[in-house]
Amino acid sequence: MLTEDDRRLLHLLSQDCRLTPEEISIQTGLTPDYINKKTKQWEKDKVILKYSVLVNYEQLEEDRVTAQIDLKVAPQRGQGYDKIAQRFQKFPEIKSVYLMSGDFDLSLLVEGKNMHGIAQFVSDKLSPLDFIETTSTRFILRRYKQDGIEFFGEEERPKRLMITP
Amino acid sequence: MKNYLSPLASGLKPSGIRKFFDLASTMEDVISLGVGEPDFATPWVMRESAIFAIEQGQTMYTSNAGLIELRRELSKYMAKHQGLNYSPDNELLITVGASEAIDLAFRTLISPGDAVLIPDPSFVSYGGCAELAGAEVRYVPLRAEHDFRLQVEDLQMAYTPNCKLLVLSYPNNPTGAIMNRDDLLPIARFVSENDLIVISDEIYSDLTFEGEHTAFANLPYMRNRTLHVHGFSKAYAMTGWRIGYVAGHEDIIQVMTRIHQYTIMCAPIMAQIAALEGLKSGESAKKDMVMEYDRRRRIMVNGLRQMGLTCFEPLGAFYVFPDITATGLSSEEFAEELLKEEKIAVVPGNAFGPAGEGHIRCSYAYSTEQLKEALNRMARFVSKRI
Repeated sequence: MLTEDDRRLLHLLSQDCRLTPEEISIQTGLTPDYINKKTKQWEKDKVILKYSVLVNYEQLEEDRVTAQIDLKVAPQRGQGYDKIAQRFQKFPEIKSVYLMSGDFDLSLLVEGKNMHGIAQFVSDKLSPLDFIETTSTRFILRRYKQDGIEFFGEEERPKRLMITP
Repeated sequence: MKNYLSPLASGLKPSGIRKFFDLASTMEDVISLGVGEPDFATPWVMRESAIFAIEQGQTMYTSNAGLIELRRELSKYMAKHQGLNYSPDNELLITVGASEAIDLAFRTLISPGDAVLIPDPSFVSYGGCAELAGAEVRYVPLRAEHDFRLQVEDLQMAYTPNCKLLVLSYPNNPTGAIMNRDDLLPIARFVSENDLIVISDEIYSDLTFEGEHTAFANLPYMRNRTLHVHGFSKAYAMTGWRIGYVAGHEDIIQVMTRIHQYTIMCAPIMAQIAALEGLKSGESAKKDMVMEYDRRRRIMVNGLRQMGLTCFEPLGAFYVFPDITATGLSSEEFAEELLKEEKIAVVPGNAFGPAGEGHIRCSYAYSTEQLKEALNRMARFVSKRI
């Protein structure tokens, strides 16, 4: 179980991983030493996997498309879904791999420069695999919110009066 | 037309904040730490429920005391979170902000010749509302050496036999002070001994950063002597909705409800609906906001101490109240010069009463980026003076 302090520490880091241990110390009352030790431990234990940046590529007018590809697969004897998922996760084009409940078994998020590139990837790399029974590819047209962050239309901060009692 | 004015109304002094507000409003690009309201918008679940209610045509009056569903839920909430038991039928009144509850309390309880004990410094409305109700106001100084916790000795000094009411407000605006159970017990004894009624404004109780908040009504024999004033403005970021409540003995609440019926009719229904949703499902959004305030609080206290100001640790509300006497300036001079030189607005401590002199109130209901920038500018200002 996470302690309240550790929950707080993880929360702060996931909001802004650029915070230094000294800054976190001021903001939480934990010592920089504790924060250092704890984050190192989490990194070692693969609790913290990466310190990443959330980019809004649409703002840069960069060509980049993402597709959600759902797969129905036939697990091979002695090789459950894990084995198949592990095979998919090696492809750098595949950004996420999930095992799902419902009509499909696996769901992939695949990123490419354009629709053609992704179509190519599906037909070259995925479709020929004999344990794949059906696929369903849907392209993401616009990203409104990801990882708790609103990409567009975020309301302007309403103006407060300068001084109130 | 001045001779037409009632002496009571025209004698009301403008709030000390007003003067400073006028000055700050003329300037551009000011970072203001002078705001007594959250910078968060009301949690979306609550806003959404009000929007839906309006779409459904829920735009009518409610019963005078407020929607019974809201009073029932509030009664359960108070029992669970504050250990207070009030009947939704006759001991709870939903008001237009905690401010209305404070005004009603004075009007319901004050008779000619009565005096009210009000801590100094404190929220600007207490004194004004008490005077309008015809009370004599007796200020009780709060002292920095006691971390602005009210002391019985100071109460005794201010007390006269015509005192009938005591106003308490912890966690406190403007100081950020809290009073725990042990601090409050001697006050409760004083209240019993002198047969006082307490208006306990606990609007900031959810913003208590160390230990548990103690509701004054929970102290021995205090339930029937206390009007427990609270609201949704601070903890649920609902200042503009104007929604508060007051709980107390049926005899008092029923008369307050009667005045409320003549003057207000009822609190706005959409605000009541949003508040009801907040009680049902706003707890986690509230907790997130409290956690964020605590983080900012620590940044502020650390920053102010680093620049060499004495700053007691505020454990409630969203204010810090540093001592600025080391700069050789009065509260007003400090605030005015800081505004002109660095474009930072703070509120001089004496705007909340003479005992606030030597301090300034800084709100930390701002983003951490704004706070850091404000602290940098303040540090530059202070370093030239100490």
